[in-house]
Amino acid sequence: MVEPAVDLTHGHPHEDHAHHGPQGIMKYLWSTDHKVIAMQYMFTGMFMALIGGFMAYVFRMQLAFPGMNVPGFGMVSPGEYNALVTNHGTIMIFWVAMPVLLAAFGNYLIPLMVGADDMVFPKVNRLSYQIFFLSTVVILASLVVEGGGFAGAWTAYPPLSADETYNLTPLGSTLWLVGVGLEFVAFLLGGINFITTLMNSRAPGMRAFDVPIVVWMIVVASILFMLSVGPLLAGAIMLLFDQTIGTGFFNPATGGDPILWQHLFWFFGHPEVYVVLLPAMGVVIEIITTFARKKVFAYRTVIFTVVAIGVLSFFVWAHHQFIAGIDPRMANIFTITTLLISVPMAELCFVYIATLYRGSITLSTPMLWALAFVAEFLIGGVTGIFLGAAGADVYFHDTYFVLAHFHYTFFPIAIIGTFAAFTYWFPKMFGKMMDERLGKWHFWLTIIPFNMIFIPLFVLGMGGQHRRIYNYEHFPELAIPWFQDMRQLATYSLLIMLGAQFIFFYNCFKSWRSGARASRNPWKANSLEWTTESPPPHGNWHPDDMPVVYRGPYEYSVPDREDDYWPQNEPALKGGPGE
Amino acid sequence: MSARTTIIPFRPRPRRAEKVVSNGVLGMILIVFVEIMLFAGFISAFVIVKARAVGSVWPPPNQPRLPFERTAINTTMLIASGIVLLIAHRAYQRGNRSIGLLLMLATLLGGAFVTLQGVEWVALLQEGLTLTSSTYGSLFYTIIGAHAAHAVVAIGLLAWAWLRLMAGTLSREAMSTVSLFWYFVVLVWPFLYFQVYL
Repeated sequence: MVEPAVDLTHGHPHEDHAHHGPQGIMKYLWSTDHKVIAMQYMFTGMFMALIGGFMAYVFRMQLAFPGMNVPGFGMVSPGEYNALVTNHGTIMIFWVAMPVLLAAFGNYLIPLMVGADDMVFPKVNRLSYQIFFLSTVVILASLVVEGGGFAGAWTAYPPLSADETYNLTPLGSTLWLVGVGLEFVAFLLGGINFITTLMNSRAPGMRAFDVPIVVWMIVVASILFMLSVGPLLAGAIMLLFDQTIGTGFFNPATGGDPILWQHLFWFFGHPEVYVVLLPAMGVVIEIITTFARKKVFAYRTVIFTVVAIGVLSFFVWAHHQFIAGIDPRMANIFTITTLLISVPMAELCFVYIATLYRGSITLSTPMLWALAFVAEFLIGGVTGIFLGAAGADVYFHDTYFVLAHFHYTFFPIAIIGTFAAFTYWFPKMFGKMMDERLGKWHFWLTIIPFNMIFIPLFVLGMGGQHRRIYNYEHFPELAIPWFQDMRQLATYSLLIMLGAQFIFFYNCFKSWRSGARASRNPWKANSLEWTTESPPPHGNWHPDDMPVVYRGPYEYSVPDREDDYWPQNEPALKGGPGE
Repeated sequence: MSARTTIIPFRPRPRRAEKVVSNGVLGMILIVFVEIMLFAGFISAFVIVKARAVGSVWPPPNQPRLPFERTAINTTMLIASGIVLLIAHRAYQRGNRSIGLLLMLATLLGGAFVTLQGVEWVALLQEGLTLTSSTYGSLFYTIIGAHAAHAVVAIGLLAWAWLRLMAGTLSREAMSTVSLFWYFVVLVWPFLYFQVYL
């Protein structure tokens, strides 16, 4: 913790106003520019998404065709199966959803949207990515060390995670824990930057309620992350000692408490859902308002709702532990808070629909992703009500219903939200327009198979199929042929969905090489990032031409105005509308 | 159309608003919040394990008692260091740059705190309280060790601030940032002391 603290006092962006960093390849490896760091996070996250997707392919093949020689992997042993499931979860949440949604888009958008030349602490920002990169190396190394990767589920419940005689992966589980810990430190440094930049570096004239909602959401998410991660870091240190030194914090035999870990983990784990959800929701509302050419419905209500979600999210964690042996009276309380938090969430969904209502809607690729987010996330949210009610959860716990619910929330967040954001800001990031036709093919070939993967899993869950089973043929009463057909349907759909991602990568490459040149403001949007060049230069705007803000970011279709949009930085004309 | 005309208030060309809190201090406040939650996690673990103790006997019967009285000397030194730094910090904010002696005194008192802690640890280890002897020992060394690690980092920062002060390049913002971290280390200690040692 020495370096960041020192950097805090050093890294004032205005001290070195010259803005000429390292040249050549070092420009990309050693840059303090928030846009370069955002790209580093983005591409690392996408690379990890490929690894996580490959893992999903391997274990879904094993589930659909038990004992099969999976092409590209080989036979899947029970231990490998558990390691694949565990690391699929870990990587997709901590190395895909977090770096892409929070770190990459937070880094890219916050300075551009608030009209700053860079983050407040550029060197801390660089350090953040470097630590993140190190954590990536550690987690990847944990997969190939002797004994294999950690296989005790991404929640790492002790005693399975704490005692190597149970998990049989002495090195893998320790590296897993160290990797996750390093990753949290990286995002802490990022979060400090996000919050401080929003507070202190806004363009002149940008008041609290002139800030685009996505920036608010990313910053609230960072605050949630920073307030919730402390107990988990404490728990991780204790778990690390349990693993390596032989302490007994979570071992009942020595007076420890295994449930303690669950509390420390979920105290972080549940706010974490909102940490990745809020940036995605913010992205979606920016896209909806732009492509509906309509002002966001109830801007201030959205902000207060988000704060309410943030506060409530700290009081719902034990709904993950209803059958872990917690006091039933406590389960009642957490049922109530869990049902309560669905109220502000529903409010946000209504805001989206109200923004769309009587808008002038363009179904471009980003808009399709955004609408899909609302629809799919709604299914995820509604099925969460069943799991949040302690009575129903006793039946649904640890079935495929939980898994399907989880993926109906996280897939919209991490994948649909990312594609929405990526296709929307691609012209700004790379200065080229994406191919709409390929984009729509990619959209439909991702969305339809996604539903075909997880709707069968809902059915399996309601049929009582337990989720942590390597081979259902080993359990005659579970191996119902009809259920096996459902599993195969899910696997075939996954293959289609994974295959469709090549369309996306081809589209990115083709558009980057030979796409149409993007103008400054291809979507005719209002917020500040569209007022600079595509892609923005180092320092974002010319130092003498930093933006000044005159109004909120959502003035679309203002009556009596010629254009149906009104950029935030455009001064109102004397005598014109708006005076 | 005119009936629906919305009125958007006209704003004159705005100027950059004053920062309420400077960048460094705000960043440090955020770090301190994270640290508070970290220690809250440790303390809650301590409370839960303590509540589960066999027969509600705490500390465990075969384990040495922590030197509550001897540590009071330590505690006093740490708090004195915090007060000295507060005086120096306030003087520096008012523009008084001759705080070198006070800053050094605060740093040395902090160093003495950590040193005495180390001496105490050696004694406890010899009496049979180790990281693995019981959950009592595990929690003690983890929590107090985490605090000691923070104290060492903070002392390093204070020493760095002193060097910068001597070189005449210590900004007020840097002084506030560093001081804030030391205040955190000082103020979290009484909570740990009364929770863990009593």
